[in-house]
Amino acid sequence: MATTRILEGLGRFYIVLLLAFLYLPIILMAAMSFNASPFYQLPFEWTTDWYASLWQNDQLIAATWNSIEIAIITTLISTVLGSMASLALYRHEFRGKKFLQALLFPPIAIPWLITGTAMLIFFFGVGIGRGLIAILLGHVALALPYVIVVVSARLQTFAPELEEAARSLGANQWQVTMRVTLPWIMPGVIAGGLFAFAVSFDQFVVSYFLSTPGQTTLPVEIYAAIRKGFTPEINAVSTIIIVVSMALMLLTARFFKFGGEK
Amino acid sequence: MAGVQVANVSRSFGAHKALDNVSIDFPDGGFYALLGPSGSGKTTLLRQIAGFDFPDSGRIAIGGESVERVPVEKRRIGMVFQNYALFPNMSVADNVAFGLSVRGEPKAAIATEVQRALDLVQLGKLGGRKPHQLSGGQRQRVALARAIVTKPRVLLLDEPLGALDKALRVDMQIELKRIQREIGITTIFVTHDQEEALTMSDRIGILRDGRLVQEGPPEEIYDRPQSEFAATFLGDANIFRGDATGSGIKLSDGTTIAASTGASVPAGAKASCAVRPERIRISTGAATAGAGNANVLAGWVSKRIFAGNNSTYFVERDGQTLKVIVQNTGAERLAEGQPVVLSWSPDSTVLIAA
Repeated sequence: MATTRILEGLGRFYIVLLLAFLYLPIILMAAMSFNASPFYQLPFEWTTDWYASLWQNDQLIAATWNSIEIAIITTLISTVLGSMASLALYRHEFRGKKFLQALLFPPIAIPWLITGTAMLIFFFGVGIGRGLIAILLGHVALALPYVIVVVSARLQTFAPELEEAARSLGANQWQVTMRVTLPWIMPGVIAGGLFAFAVSFDQFVVSYFLSTPGQTTLPVEIYAAIRKGFTPEINAVSTIIIVVSMALMLLTARFFKFGGEK
Repeated sequence: MAGVQVANVSRSFGAHKALDNVSIDFPDGGFYALLGPSGSGKTTLLRQIAGFDFPDSGRIAIGGESVERVPVEKRRIGMVFQNYALFPNMSVADNVAFGLSVRGEPKAAIATEVQRALDLVQLGKLGGRKPHQLSGGQRQRVALARAIVTKPRVLLLDEPLGALDKALRVDMQIELKRIQREIGITTIFVTHDQEEALTMSDRIGILRDGRLVQEGPPEEIYDRPQSEFAATFLGDANIFRGDATGSGIKLSDGTTIAASTGASVPAGAKASCAVRPERIRISTGAATAGAGNANVLAGWVSKRIFAGNNSTYFVERDGQTLKVIVQNTGAERLAEGQPVVLSWSPDSTVLIAA
């Protein structure tokens, strides 16, 4: 029927519009990172000069490595601590457990601006001050609730009889955890880890509060560079980050899907 | 192999007494059924024997060794769970191998033992499958193989056949009994199904509200129940209540019922009599009271349920409904509404102290 065809056409047009809205700025930026003109001028002239000069920009490179290192360490610490916390909350009943669980959610909702300010004041108060260590501690604190929420959700699908069965067969607590429980919650642990990495690697607000001129992360460095005056090197580094972030997100989606399976 | 002794075990959860001074001697190599309604404490008792939970007081011994404070992983027991609890991330063979592998036994020895256990439960060829690729009956067998491969001292079964359908359950009852005989392991079996308890076990312990009501061989409990609860929970029974006369009871309407088995109750005290429905004869004539000391009651048939090999008659008398089961011998069946005479021997009547 004609009306159906028109509706179908409208639907397709809507999706194209939506995708364009989401991806056009990004594609444009990625394209401009390969354009010779620093002022977005056309016609398009292919070049990789900006990537080459990015390679020369020691400050940006140093910040990138800082970001990667902090993100990896944050992921390791928060995934291990968060998974252990989830297991403890799952296995044991203790006084104040409900209260503790309730306390895990607000940090996700509190604006990072406020968390950042609070951390800055606190770290000065206890003598840690600003710098990479402060940034790392801040990121771990931000990432932990995400890991606990994701791993706990996975644990909800775990049958406690499995741990009892393993114990009845002579397995000690360590063997039960490593051979029965951990394999089951692994998709949740990996998804939680990817979340932690994203929270740390994309973090600007808290990092901005806690960084010093020499000790900074990539998002903060990009912001500083833009304030000084725009250079297409920013396009180049942003394109790299987008590619890496999207790959990570696709991985997360894959593990979440796996987590949903029986 | 070893027997299990439970002596004066009590366990409370808050104000709820889940087990109240329970003592049972589980014989070495025997098949023992713990029977009771839900909430009777049978699963709690099994968990105390397994070591998942410790008693507040009392003693538990496996093979003469006190274990009431030994955690489950050190008790050398085998357990089969109601929902099988197979490890979903492992193959059938790895599931069965788990108990040997956590003990650090050599790989080659494990493989041999696993194959032997799988052969015993007739799943020799399915070692490579994952649990979700198996049927309910097959999962049950894997759970059993996994529990016995470590050569435990005692095998604990928590309503293991509950999740299976009727036909498969009967098959598994026979199978389970065969395997238990073959390896001669002391087995404790929790069930709420009286038929399962009767057909499978050497001894039955009936639990109610955390207390042991009666225990002994199935025939003994069935023929000589010591309480109305035991009489009605294991099998069907007609219960009469009245005053003891020394050789039976006298009902409130003056009828006497003679009983020659069961407890001895001093005359005048409150007492009950229990009669199994299949021990009662039903007839239309009044003349059958012949056998001098037989108990005789008149009534009328209010309902008949035909079940093929037998019929159950519901007979009304003096505000009480009695159940009579008659084998299908080809004799004429009685119609609903028909007046009848019931008679049975005092030997079939069990006197129970109130």
